[in-house]
Amino acid sequence: MNFWNDPLKVAADWLTGIFVGWGMNDVFAHVLVVFLGVFVLILILMVIDILLVWIERKVVARFQDRLGPNRLGPFGLIQPFADIIKLLIKEDITPDGADKVVYNIAPMLSMMSVLILWAVVPLAPVMLGVDLNTGLLFIIAAGSIGTLSIIMAGWSSNNKFSVIGAFRQVAMMISFEVPMLAVMLIPTIFAGSMGMNTIIQSQNIWYVFLSPLAALIFLIAAIAELGRAPFDLSEGESELVAGFNVEYSGMKFGMFYAGELLHAFTFGGFWGILFFGGYRFFGLEQVSPIFGIIIILTKALIGYWVIMWVKYTMMRIRIDQMLAFNWKFLTPVSFVLVMVTALMNALLRGAGSWLYITGMILANVIVGWVSLEIVRSMGKKERERVEGLKPVVEAHH
Amino acid sequence: MIPLSWYLILAAGLFSIGLFGVLARRNAVAILLGVELMLNAVNINLVAFWRYGDISLMAGQVFTIIVFAVAAAEVAVGLALVISVYRRRNTVVAEELDLLKW
Amino acid sequence: MTAEQIIFLIVGAATLLSALLVVTVRDLVHAALWLVAALFGVAIIYTLLNAGFLAVVQVVVYIGAIAILFIFAVMLTRRQAADTGAALNKNWWAGALLAVLTFAGLVFLLQGWNGFSKTASAIPSGFDAVNQLGGALTSPMGYVLPFEVASVLLLAALVGAVYLAFNKK
Repeated sequence: MNFWNDPLKVAADWLTGIFVGWGMNDVFAHVLVVFLGVFVLILILMVIDILLVWIERKVVARFQDRLGPNRLGPFGLIQPFADIIKLLIKEDITPDGADKVVYNIAPMLSMMSVLILWAVVPLAPVMLGVDLNTGLLFIIAAGSIGTLSIIMAGWSSNNKFSVIGAFRQVAMMISFEVPMLAVMLIPTIFAGSMGMNTIIQSQNIWYVFLSPLAALIFLIAAIAELGRAPFDLSEGESELVAGFNVEYSGMKFGMFYAGELLHAFTFGGFWGILFFGGYRFFGLEQVSPIFGIIIILTKALIGYWVIMWVKYTMMRIRIDQMLAFNWKFLTPVSFVLVMVTALMNALLRGAGSWLYITGMILANVIVGWVSLEIVRSMGKKERERVEGLKPVVEAHH
Repeated sequence: MIPLSWYLILAAGLFSIGLFGVLARRNAVAILLGVELMLNAVNINLVAFWRYGDISLMAGQVFTIIVFAVAAAEVAVGLALVISVYRRRNTVVAEELDLLKW
Repeated sequence: MTAEQIIFLIVGAATLLSALLVVTVRDLVHAALWLVAALFGVAIIYTLLNAGFLAVVQVVVYIGAIAILFIFAVMLTRRQAADTGAALNKNWWAGALLAVLTFAGLVFLLQGWNGFSKTASAIPSGFDAVNQLGGALTSPMGYVLPFEVASVLLLAALVGAVYLAFNKK
């Protein structure tokens, strides 16, 4: 194995050799090398995070028919660094009456819950943090810690509006975990395992073609998990100021904001892994793991662009509309989809691959169309009921 | 290697602390917190016996998953009861809920 | 002292300390947060016991749902913003005595058992615990009946909780 085929193992062995040469214990050297690897990964992620701030501002500007930051550096590339310097030199305020320890830990927990997601993201066939065979559940578990950090932030600020914002955000996040879990079962059914690497290796045909409805529901549930528009009712600047982070300023707010962007990028990556083949691209990743990294980061960027596209195109949804959408539409549809997919998988398992693909797509289209028809007829009935109660304005001339 | 006794002592300690929480706390929600600790201690015991016994017998892990489900159900109903009582009597201190009928 | 033993000692001590703080702290939201720490410690113990799936399910179910439910319930049942009154009731010494006796009794009974200090057997390679667990939970020769009954129990709890907390205006 040389550097081209397996860069991480070569680097790790070289470093371990150096440490043992300095007289360190074997186990300690290994642990230290692992820590260094984690540290390097987090560094790279934070640098990507800075670039994401720039991408976000440029893309939102283009969607809104303006230029975005273009003064600092070529194309405004130095702008995020200026933002970070501004956030760092701001005064570190803790509100009077706030619970100091909880208030200060919440932004760290929020950022931590995003960074640990990258432990299970396979960057290349041989480069991933840990090959958990329950990788999909690990994503949900990390999301739970993020949910906890939002409650802690909202409650510890000693501010009624931030408590309300935190409650709404957490209610939304735990509600949308249900269809997301159900839809995550569909790549599991196809691949036979919950491990990320196994799912990618089994995608000889991308799962978005086998189950487009699942990809769509996963995208919707992921956008709701992130708390981004059209589900950003807790940050609705016109409603609740800034929701749960209204009392946060300076770098603590920067942690929440940058954590949210990195979270969106990570879920763009998961969308790519689960439904678009991950680091695979017609065999290019077999040439070198470096191509694998480039491929998966490109797919994550494309997913992030789709999430931004949705954010800057759609209006905000009210909390009751959103919860009704989740519990009355998304959850039943996702459960029915899982059952239909499992049934079709069991029926067509031995069939040829074209029959399998057609059967799956047909099943998805039927489930999607039937559910839309049901919602459409219910909407029509509701509209007729509301219009039947026309106000008695015509009586007065 | 870790002997089985360490896990059993940890579980026994957690169970006793949960028991103390149930017996000595005033607030009804805090009593439920103690119950959660006891259930977790039981779960540690089950998984430890699965691991140190015959690991092809999945009964230990299956029982643990059933305990997860039962604990979730019990917490949901228990907290709904506490909230419902709070709406009527405006208190959740266990000592003040001392009437059979109000 | 292998690395595993050191990790177990640290995590076990942290879990017991968090549990102690859960039952003694006066502010209930802090108690719920210490419960989260204790549950996380238990999840790490599951990982040490090679039950990785149970560790992740513990975080998802207990921390992601039950602990958040506790925090919501605490916030909805406060009479005022600060908690008043003592944390423990007036017979707390009896509770403490009973807890110590329980612990001592359990340890005394267990250490008379000859399997008390046994060490773990190695896991055969190719043993996929998740696969086996899935098979056990869904096979008719296994535990599919308790599994289905647990789902009925959860449905009953769901309906009951909604009915109890429903605000009939």
